Amino acid sequence: MVVLAVLDHDRGSWSEANDETLTAGRELAGQLGVALDVVFVGAAAEALAGQAAAGGAATVHVATHDLLTDYGPDAAASSVVALVGSLGPAAVIATGTSRGNEVLAGVAARLDLPFVANCTVVDASADTWSVTRVRWGGSLLEDATLTAPTKLLSFSHHAVVAAPADTPGAGTVATFTPDLDPSVTATMVVDRSVQESGVTLSTAPVVVSGGRGVGSAEAFAPLEELAELLGGRVGCSRAVTNNGWRPHSDQVGQTGTRIAPEIYIATGISGAVQHWVGAMASKRILAINTDAEANMVTKADYAVIADLHEVVPAITAEIKRRKG
Amino acid sequence: MRILCCVKRVPAPGSKITVTDDEQSVDTAHLGFTTSPHEECALEEAVQIREQQGDDTVVAVLTAGPPEAEEQLRYAASVGATELVLIPVESGEWDPQQTATAITEAITQVEAQDGVFDLILFGNESADSGGFQVGVRVAHKLGRPMVNAVKGIEVSDDTITASREIDGGFEVYSLPRPAICGVKEGLNLPRYPTMRGRLASKKATVATVASTPAAGGQAKVRLHRPAEQASNTEILGNGPDAAPAIVDLLESIGVL
Repeated sequence: MVVLAVLDHDRGSWSEANDETLTAGRELAGQLGVALDVVFVGAAAEALAGQAAAGGAATVHVATHDLLTDYGPDAAASSVVALVGSLGPAAVIATGTSRGNEVLAGVAARLDLPFVANCTVVDASADTWSVTRVRWGGSLLEDATLTAPTKLLSFSHHAVVAAPADTPGAGTVATFTPDLDPSVTATMVVDRSVQESGVTLSTAPVVVSGGRGVGSAEAFAPLEELAELLGGRVGCSRAVTNNGWRPHSDQVGQTGTRIAPEIYIATGISGAVQHWVGAMASKRILAINTDAEANMVTKADYAVIADLHEVVPAITAEIKRRKG
Repeated sequence: MRILCCVKRVPAPGSKITVTDDEQSVDTAHLGFTTSPHEECALEEAVQIREQQGDDTVVAVLTAGPPEAEEQLRYAASVGATELVLIPVESGEWDPQQTATAITEAITQVEAQDGVFDLILFGNESADSGGFQVGVRVAHKLGRPMVNAVKGIEVSDDTITASREIDGGFEVYSLPRPAICGVKEGLNLPRYPTMRGRLASKKATVATVASTPAAGGQAKVRLHRPAEQASNTEILGNGPDAAPAIVDLLESIGVL
């Protein structure tokens, strides 16, 4: 018996989420007293076997097939299902990225099995597993049970702290050729476009956000100036994008982007639950708001109770003054 | 062209989510309800496609929910949906397998009557339970191509071109019709209902398709809030004169 972890790659490049998957997989395999195997879909990933071994993988299964030229949810799910049939793992896991959840959902659909998405804790001590999983993007937790001959579940992205393995796995490469229907190519990536390079909202070291309190699209200009000075990005609340003041790609929130900056400067933002979900991974939060009772203020590490239209330009002026 | 949007009625929380005493659901005593955010964009997309393709494009909307979910169907009508379908969930909540089974049954029934949906839109995940799988399961049962996390859609005669955001760019998929997409907020900016739309929605008929799907293997035990970290908010000032203290902080953490 093994735990089978579905790992991801982009045309042969290791996906960062794999480190979390391996960490969660080792813990689960440890609970069950079994080995941790991994699977990659696509021959390009064979070169990643060493990294998977370093993360504790006993066997690195690699699905190879003429049709597996790029990522596709059906190609990936069908390949994993083929391996599940021959390997008979106790569980199949992934990290809950878009791809991770979509592939496991596809496996679940094909095998008519339950799939529990975005778990934070898994107790595999009995035949029926007990899990804790994420609701409302993380604002609420659900304790649930999973009953199935093969347990399919994903771990909430960023909930698992990736750690190196105490001892590396053997990392034995086992290629296999799944029986694939040509229709799997219908959902394969056909093109890519690169929009921007450099610092994105999700990777910015500083995010300066504005909420309804900013008042208009134009009034974001001082926030943009401050963000630029700090090498960061401008974010906003859902109220702002709903008003059309800024594009959705700037939205910090449960249905927007989750940020993890060194400091999040949230101005004129009340702090609705769904916004907090997007902001909560910030290392520090400074809230600037006229309302001392605002949710964002009470949850922040630092606060200035004042009008952002006065404070933000003052910060910029002080930075410039010190730079001389 | 026929387009179906599958939507879910969810609570609209403010600054806090609290759980009922029996720990089985979110306490909605002081909350309103709304269509889950990703699905609001699905609806808007369908209406925009009709504006591009012509008035003979049908925009239908379906939901599996309590009788009150009719409210969400009528809201959809107020922004342009013309066929409304309710799958009543008598009590509690269905697990993802149940939901997918019931929705597939309903779609099959509606399509047998009125024709295949060229495009079916789901939300990538529901704001509340966030299972990330109902659309994928339905697509598999119907044997149609499906991609999730879609933020851009273009319709042509034979294909649906779907774009998915990746860090710093987009992945593009080309799905043969009939196809299914799981979409994310940001796909478009949903419109507000017009007065005429609101009036029309009051008169719209809601078709009901009953279903009693068997429970799947995932069972909710209880809901609870994550442990709250006690926060001691340090007040740095009450006006622009807090700027030096703020810049001290920025310098100390090394972002300057």
